[in-house]
Amino acid sequence: MAEKTLSPRRVLAELTYDAPSIKRGYAGQTLYVNLSDNTIAARPVTNLMKEKFIGGRGFDLYLLWHGVDDDTRWDDPENEIVISSGPCGGTTQYPGAGKSIAAAISPLTGVPIDSNAGGHFGPYLKFAGWDAIEVQGKAEQEVIVFVDAPAGRITIEEVPADAPTDTHVLGKWILEHYAESESDRQQMSFVSAGRGSEHSRMGCLNFSLYDRRRQDLRYKQAGRGGIGTVLRDKKVKALVVRTFPIAGNLNAPADLGLLQETGAEMHQEVHDYDPVQNRMRSRGTPYLVQIMDDYDLLPVHNFKFGTHPDTPKINGEVWEARLTQGLPDGCWYGCTVACAHAVDGYVVRSGPYKGQAVIVDGPEYETVAGVGSNCGIFEPDAILEINFYCDTYGIDTISFGTAMAFAMECYEAGILDEAKTGGLELTFGSADDAIEVLHQMARGDEFGRIFGMGIRGMQDYFVEHYGADAQFVRDIGMQAKGLEYSEYMTKESLAQQGGYGLTNKGPQHDEAWLIFMDMVNNELPTFEDKAEALHYFPMWRTWFGLCGFCKLPWNDVVHPKNKLSPEPQKIMHHVENYQKIYEGVTGTAVTLDDIITMSERVYNFQRVFNIRLGYGLRQHDAIPYRSAGPVTAEEYESRAERYDDQLREWLGLDPAQMSLEEKMAAHRQYRTERYQKLIDAVYARRGWSNDGVPTLEKLRQLGMDLPEVVAVVEKHL
Amino acid sequence: MIRVNNRDEVDWREGLTVSVLLDRLGYTYPHIVVTVDGQVVYEEEYDRRVIPDGANVRLIHLIAGG
Ligand code: SF4
Repeated sequence: MAEKTLSPRRVLAELTYDAPSIKRGYAGQTLYVNLSDNTIAARPVTNLMKEKFIGGRGFDLYLLWHGVDDDTRWDDPENEIVISSGPCGGTTQYPGAGKSIAAAISPLTGVPIDSNAGGHFGPYLKFAGWDAIEVQGKAEQEVIVFVDAPAGRITIEEVPADAPTDTHVLGKWILEHYAESESDRQQMSFVSAGRGSEHSRMGCLNFSLYDRRRQDLRYKQAGRGGIGTVLRDKKVKALVVRTFPIAGNLNAPADLGLLQETGAEMHQEVHDYDPVQNRMRSRGTPYLVQIMDDYDLLPVHNFKFGTHPDTPKINGEVWEARLTQGLPDGCWYGCTVACAHAVDGYVVRSGPYKGQAVIVDGPEYETVAGVGSNCGIFEPDAILEINFYCDTYGIDTISFGTAMAFAMECYEAGILDEAKTGGLELTFGSADDAIEVLHQMARGDEFGRIFGMGIRGMQDYFVEHYGADAQFVRDIGMQAKGLEYSEYMTKESLAQQGGYGLTNKGPQHDEAWLIFMDMVNNELPTFEDKAEALHYFPMWRTWFGLCGFCKLPWNDVVHPKNKLSPEPQKIMHHVENYQKIYEGVTGTAVTLDDIITMSERVYNFQRVFNIRLGYGLRQHDAIPYRSAGPVTAEEYESRAERYDDQLREWLGLDPAQMSLEEKMAAHRQYRTERYQKLIDAVYARRGWSNDGVPTLEKLRQLGMDLPEVVAVVEKHL
Repeated sequence: MIRVNNRDEVDWREGLTVSVLLDRLGYTYPHIVVTVDGQVVYEEEYDRRVIPDGANVRLIHLIAGG
């Protein structure tokens, strides 16, 4: 393509720089941008940051901590959006090594949220010379922050009033105005949200990648916790980076040979076993839909049930037929797992883009389960429609799905009616009305405005304005800490109740997924066993976010030799691969114990961060009763045999002599008490006080007795 | 009777294979480590491997999810 003349752009602030050469996975500096006073500055990456916070989520939390005050709220100018990939992010020799991790104080929870995404932004930012970007303040006018490495320039630029906001349109606009040549398209990536982010607390970030084969833009989402809402509150249309031509050694690893050797083995494993295991390369994560249904774990009708006869209409087989096949759909270079599929040429059926043929990225398992089965919607086209609009409007599909399921149950329970929803009939399965709520969120009007507050906001609103029974909406509203649950049923797995409830950011499954270990395999029979799993797995999985790794290649494809491992759940041959990749990049050898300690440091720091902001204590680890047991008679009766057996076996009661209310009350008491016992065991294992505060001894042992951390903790011990 | 995952008592029948057992229990997940009396059974043996009465069977589903 010939070079073209770009329209003039109004620059509000500028910093010129020479991109440093990357050394062993680090650029050695972070980029600070303040939109209130239009400052741009380079800040050094210190040894303390590298040693104790590693990168990625660790850098995000460290920078955010030092940017905000004890009383900063999500919409204060002091709140920041921080994005970092980590030292291994940008590796192309091993699958799944290019994640970006974003963090901010969440509009939903009031505490730091971390959320990861594929796409090219994080690694490109590093190759452009920055280990992280930290965006603070609020702009007066709509702006774009442009990191232009080849030109050695960073600018804050005012965007014309008619520039689009919705991601799929904005993306084309950015390429038109910022890409000077065809190669630029490949060297650019950006982060954006959409109009839905402006009027709801569940805004997501879209991370772009330019798909060379499709010659079009694709987007991966950092969905959780409303970071898109923060982006739009700051009046940022997009953070754009243009980096240098991509090559396999841009991350300047210490030992490229070790990466190549370890990667080659893993690529072979993916090639040999993925087709007979999860089939990520053809189905992506929706392979899980049918399996979850088979095990009574698929959320159906606001987590009331775990299975539905219509699941085959939205299972992996159906998506395999809909997803475009034969393209290497990795969300970062070199990922042979290539599960980042898309439906090409979907014709939009509603709203402002009706009639357009678009690419729909996904759907992922969480989207199919969240906006599909959980809302009683078993229609693939409706799921694609919601998926597309959530992405382009900048709305998290998980929060949308779980919150819509809650609203639908409220509608069926008579808390909502057509008068309150403005004529929408939000019964389970009402796809068109659910889609209309999305459009209302984008416009910021009607019921969409109330819905956009998320479940916690709706609970308060329904009690205050509609006289809803506070206990009932608390029981059925699947949120904890203010964040909507992701899409797994936990009623029969106490360990996973903890896997959701005992998280720092709220109920997202990326810390621990223990349902099979606990409920099916019976590997965690005691509280101590569960506590050990709720220590090890969250720490292991936290490490991915420090380094820039994707979790999926760890355990979604497995070599048969793993069957002989004494601890097959840990997939030790892959753990060893990660140790080699980390060493190959940074030059530092690490043991598994070192890895767990690296994560514990950041994890405990995040817990203390929550406490600093007024949360993070035992009372904040509460879960809604629906995640622990049956709230309604309908739910009890759907599994009556199982629940009756449990009364006999666990409590020595005779269900034949009990009324339904008595049986439900007995379950409730027992299940509620055992969750409290689980908390006791987990806190003890994690080295926290009975109120959930990391002890000074634990912090000292981890080397995290930093003065600012100790100052927070001392007030609570 | 056989015992599955140190908890569930499952009826035994003459000629019960690993495949039939997985099918009966509805265990469709692709990553399951199967052991019969402590011995690992590989996928290619599922149809042939007969489980004796009184066996201790472990069907360990590897985690995945998310
Ligand atoms: S496994 Fe899937 S989600 Fe993970 S990096 Fe690869 S393509 Fe992306």
